[in-house]
Amino acid sequence: MKSSVIVFPGSNCDRDVAVALEKFQIKNQMVWHDEVDLPKCDLVVLPGGFSYGDYLRTGCIASKSKIINAVLNHAKRGGLILGICNGFQILIETQLLPGVLLRNKKLKFISKNVYLRAINTDNKFCSNYKYKDIIKLPIAHNEGNYFANDNLIKKLEHEDLIAFKYCNNKGEIEKNSNPNGSSNNIAGILNEKKNILGMMPHPERLIDPILSGEDGSFLFTSLIKSQ
Amino acid sequence: VLDPQGKVVTQTLKNMGYDNIENVRQGKHFEIELNESDQKRAEKTTEEFCKKLLANTIIENYTINYK
Repeated sequence: MKSSVIVFPGSNCDRDVAVALEKFQIKNQMVWHDEVDLPKCDLVVLPGGFSYGDYLRTGCIASKSKIINAVLNHAKRGGLILGICNGFQILIETQLLPGVLLRNKKLKFISKNVYLRAINTDNKFCSNYKYKDIIKLPIAHNEGNYFANDNLIKKLEHEDLIAFKYCNNKGEIEKNSNPNGSSNNIAGILNEKKNILGMMPHPERLIDPILSGEDGSFLFTSLIKSQ
Repeated sequence: VLDPQGKVVTQTLKNMGYDNIENVRQGKHFEIELNESDQKRAEKTTEEFCKKLLANTIIENYTINYK
């Protein structure tokens, strides 16, 4: 499998995710946002960070970058796209994923480990989470409060397009384990074709026991398995 | 749509003793200078600015004033 990590001014998880991809033998290339063409690849990663200093709206300016046209074409061809944190915000601004990410309900930047349940494991990103009831991953964001109108939330639930939901340490999805006020505890969603995943938690940060956990690994091993 | 910042401002004004405060929504304000003498065309361009970049129409409304 080959991947491209897109680097924007202000991205800061680009190298972390590149290390994770390479650890799982995914051949990665870094791509500067100003490029017009993508190298031949199966997976595009929009990394976390603060592209363009979060000016105007998070992910907004990055969504107008030169490279985005190539990313849109990659999506149309059914290529895989993973957006993590700021990458998720960029996917929302490019309208590759629906809804919006508002400021966290309590208006605070949150950086901590959270528990998650994989809701849809029938996709190329999450298949290996089928065997994992409770997932621990870090979040680090100020705008991760997923919001959508009732119809869209119903559609996401109905068509099984929710990838991850926040839960407590027993795996129960309840209000108190919702860190940022997201509708229905949503932490990550898929598009209808399930080739695009946007998520606020950072799988690339927990891929080794030395980093206090490896629950993020399952995402990368799922990707390799999907080939 | 929930506007967490607006809510905090509302609550603060209430706490400051303004009992008649109903609701506050916080937004953005842009001052745009255009090199365009035709008002119709200027209106069309700024409309496009709002739709394509400045406003996220899922959660934001916009109004344009000309001077």
